[in-house]
Amino acid sequence: MTALGALVLVLLACLLLAASLGAGRVPVLDLLRGRALDSAGAAILWQVRLPRVLLAAVLGGGLAVAGVVFQALLRNPLADPYVLGVSGGASLGGVAALLVGLGRAPGLMGEIGVAGFAFLGALGALVVIERVATVDGHLAVYTLLLSGAIFNAFSGAVIFFVQSIASLEQLHAMVFYLMGQVPSLGFAHVGAVAAVVMVVCAVLWRMARDFNVASLGEESAAQLGVDTERLKRKAFVLGSLLTAIAVSVAGLIGFVGLVVPHALRLILGPDHRVLVPVAFLGGASFLVLADLMARTVAAPSELPVGVITALIGGPFFLYLLRARGGAVNRG
Amino acid sequence: MAEAGGVGLEGRDISFAYGGAAPREILRGVSLNASPGQVLGLLGPNGSGKSTLLRIFAGLLPKYRGDVLLGGESLRRLSRRAVARQLAVVPQEPVFTFPFSVLETVLMGRHPHLEGLRFESERDLDLARQALARCGAADLERRSILDLSAGERQRVVFARALAQQPRVLLLDEAGSFLDVRHQVEMYELVRELAAQGVSILAVLHDLNLAAEYCDRIALLREGQLLIEGPTAEVFTYQNLTRTFDTEVYVDQNHLTGSLLVTLLSGRARRALEASAEGRGSLK
Repeated sequence: MTALGALVLVLLACLLLAASLGAGRVPVLDLLRGRALDSAGAAILWQVRLPRVLLAAVLGGGLAVAGVVFQALLRNPLADPYVLGVSGGASLGGVAALLVGLGRAPGLMGEIGVAGFAFLGALGALVVIERVATVDGHLAVYTLLLSGAIFNAFSGAVIFFVQSIASLEQLHAMVFYLMGQVPSLGFAHVGAVAAVVMVVCAVLWRMARDFNVASLGEESAAQLGVDTERLKRKAFVLGSLLTAIAVSVAGLIGFVGLVVPHALRLILGPDHRVLVPVAFLGGASFLVLADLMARTVAAPSELPVGVITALIGGPFFLYLLRARGGAVNRG
Repeated sequence: MAEAGGVGLEGRDISFAYGGAAPREILRGVSLNASPGQVLGLLGPNGSGKSTLLRIFAGLLPKYRGDVLLGGESLRRLSRRAVARQLAVVPQEPVFTFPFSVLETVLMGRHPHLEGLRFESERDLDLARQALARCGAADLERRSILDLSAGERQRVVFARALAQQPRVLLLDEAGSFLDVRHQVEMYELVRELAAQGVSILAVLHDLNLAAEYCDRIALLREGQLLIEGPTAEVFTYQNLTRTFDTEVYVDQNHLTGSLLVTLLSGRARRALEASAEGRGSLK
């Protein structure tokens, strides 16, 4: 549990750093010392910086927890939030929304419209995949994995088609959407997203001991008292929900859901009672930092955060693979 | 009932078929009881339905006909947790995914006894360590379960079943990866559990192990129970040859008096057939 405390501190430090830096520095430390900000600083902090930083934290945490849950569900430490097809449905929905012009609607409505469409796409994918993978009343894990992969491939093809008929301007928006970007939303929207993500993560945390036992295989888990059907279904639906929210709001941000759970499992062990909360904190910290880099590295222009997470996550993952000498297939 | 307060497992007229367009009948009208204080061996050729019967007894296959009573209550009316608090299974091929330590793995045996998100108590830890020690695996405690040999894993899984504190124990060829010494140690432990009033049903392939450690034997063939009774009565040349469709030679260990079953190779059979007295003792 000391790890949990340490990661809370890490996250707080990341939040502080990310809230301070960017286009227009905000002396957040001064604020904490009791000195008031000037009006420009206050406006940047409360209306722009903080909502975005908190959104990055919540989405990163949700993605990492989704990764943990899918790794447990598929009993494969290499699963990530995007393997089960929901991300395909979400990106398809988002791209379709951009094609019909929701992305250019004035103000926040545009963003919400794209996210809403993406979320509908994700839910559609979830329902289709769940139906396909339910055999004889059981959720068949391998069928689930296969149908998820096929659905992703299919969505990819449809997205290519949509892009081929899109205008250049639309195409640009689509490419940026798919690469992943933490949007600037108002506090109300960030609050709503945060509430849902954190409730879902809390529910998944409560299932942690069942996830541990489920790693012994379905039959052993069942004979140790776990209702495996219920567990699989809840894990799939809730993990997909977290993924759907993240992709709808911020596009395809890769590696958070793969690298974070993996690295933390290597350091802290596989007990899900620890792993679920620390993955949330670790994923949150990672995405807050990555988003900070996305905002600042090439300022004043902004890089897609998905590119940053991939640039850091990819080499780091390969390093883990090599440094731990085959430890990856052992989790 | 060998001991008061024991929990028995009673299968009544169990039939089972795998579904689909052409249902395949696996079990036909099998009635079988595992009683407290006794070790019941379930034997039969490959595909005779032993494992299916064991899985039905463990509550893992719900769609069977007939009834299974655990301590007099129908398995269908008991929750998974309620079953798991009384009945443990030692599987043939345990599955592991993540690098849990041996101690953590054995502690999972406490799962049906715990509530919510809670971590295990000192008492759970004690029970897990005792179980490991009884299985001769105390020195493995800190190792990762993924680094163990097949035999070590099987001892850990047996310890997990012990930590579950079952009243009924089902063994699915549980000793198959163990060397002779650990096999003997495990079945000695099985006898110890039986002496404490646990009901034990063991699927076995090793006929001599069965002869040595089982109080009663049930022979299964093509989904039907051929015979069930005290080991000495069941283990005859006729019963075994009919069940397994192969010639075996049943004798006594002259040192201990226990039954000794020898498989007959083609060479041995030809040698016996060549000698008239050999054939006499065979039939």
